Amino acid sequence: MTTIKEKEQKIISDFEMFDDWMDKYNYIIELGKSISLIKEEYKTEKYMIKGCQSRVWLHADYQDGKVIYTADSDALITKGIAALLIEVLSGQPPKEIVDTELSFIDEIGLKEHLSQTRSNGLVNMIKQMKLYALAFSKM
Amino acid sequence: MSKIEQLRKQFPILSMEVNNRPLVYFDNAATTQKPKVVIERLQKYYETENSNIHRGAHFLSQMATDAYEQARKTTASFINAMHPHEVVFTRGTTESINLVAHSFCKKILKPGDEILISAMEHHSNIVPWQIACQEHQASLKVIPINQKGELIIPEYHKLLNEKTRLVAITHVSNALGTINPVREIIEAAHRKEIPVLVDGAQATPHMPVDVQALDCDFYCFSGHKMYGPMGIGVLYGKEKWLEQMPPYQSGGEMIKDVSFEKTTYNDLPFKFEAGTPNVAGVLGLEAAMNFISETGHDAISAHESDLLQYALEGLKNVDGIRFIGTPEHRAGAISFLPGDIHPYDAGTILDKLGIAVRTGHHCVQPVLDYFSIPGTIRISFAVYNTRQEIDTLIKGLATVREMFG
Repeated sequence: MTTIKEKEQKIISDFEMFDDWMDKYNYIIELGKSISLIKEEYKTEKYMIKGCQSRVWLHADYQDGKVIYTADSDALITKGIAALLIEVLSGQPPKEIVDTELSFIDEIGLKEHLSQTRSNGLVNMIKQMKLYALAFSKM
Repeated sequence: MSKIEQLRKQFPILSMEVNNRPLVYFDNAATTQKPKVVIERLQKYYETENSNIHRGAHFLSQMATDAYEQARKTTASFINAMHPHEVVFTRGTTESINLVAHSFCKKILKPGDEILISAMEHHSNIVPWQIACQEHQASLKVIPINQKGELIIPEYHKLLNEKTRLVAITHVSNALGTINPVREIIEAAHRKEIPVLVDGAQATPHMPVDVQALDCDFYCFSGHKMYGPMGIGVLYGKEKWLEQMPPYQSGGEMIKDVSFEKTTYNDLPFKFEAGTPNVAGVLGLEAAMNFISETGHDAISAHESDLLQYALEGLKNVDGIRFIGTPEHRAGAISFLPGDIHPYDAGTILDKLGIAVRTGHHCVQPVLDYFSIPGTIRISFAVYNTRQEIDTLIKGLATVREMFG
């Protein structure tokens, strides 16, 4: 199984090929289109993570000892970064998810999207992903 | 050098580059940049005048006290208040409104009473009244707005009744740019002897304000939105109201005599200025008001109207543009959506291009609910903005369209 760290490393090297910010953002927008999309029935207030800038919907399932995430966002850049978070954390055992310190967002130069001022729902998305994992780890 | 270039030179931050591009600063409704005269005033105070005011008999204290009280006079004359003691220094518009919501409502609000606000208020002119209403079992009533983002005045007249104790209304909407007919609003309220508080945070940077001509009972504004420092603001209140209101916060400065049995409160305005005030902020605000007066209200307003017209014309040609708010009388701000593109996406790309705009709900969620939108892009102007910067924005929006279109 590919570990969280290995998945992060893969994304970091994927992003190394961009020296132009516009290419990078075009790539993020593309990533958003292939996100493991949350089922329409879960796109409700209950699964919504509210930011003042954009909204994220997140759902988690527990299958064969692994957490499977799906998500969506109303903003495409947020959606692309959400897709990356899912790429890294989905399919991992809950304990790994709870214990991990994600560093790839910083490394690929998207740290600004996780700052408080952006308030785009992503910081709370990571928190919520960990909370789901924590709940599953006790099952 | 052209006039505008000369003026821009007075604002050091404007020569900055963001993401390797010249900064285009269109977030002035959030806070304006500061001219050198303001920055230098703060520095001069801390270098040569700093001491606590209204206390010591020593040289520095006397000098700082004089400067502080002179700034109060400057402020009074800036808004044409009848008396300097009708000017209370606060941390900003939010604190000014909270002061009235707390202190004035304690005095006048009874169960069953009503406070009237509008559907375009900033959260800071909603929440304090909500809390006051809860505390005093009163209710909050809301003047509706129309699709253009203007108040529906006939509805206002219907809502004014014998239970209304106060009208709290914004002079200029931060999200829509609408200039409200505050004079008419105040007149109608006064016919029923109802006092009116005006939130002037978005008005004072753009237009002269004469509180006596308006005849408003309270007028609130912030220094940092009008080229002054952060953390300083003003509450203007008519003497007759301020006299009747109990203190808001308590401590030093606001007292006359203190014993363990009884405290008598100080005179206006000191009754409302508990603790050591933000002296540097007050002096910086004075420098900002002087900057505005010297630049000239007419010159500022002519330049900014030109920018608004130019931007509205230019934006019209942006694919799929939807203006949120199309008021007849507008100051400062334009809100829009570039087609179906999310404001966060557009704002992120514009930032990469060195263009600072505001995206999101602008602290006016009820307005966005009314228009059924998640947020807007807001551009807001100050005296130092240029037509070229608007061209840069429009080019930037074309890039946004290419990426998300």
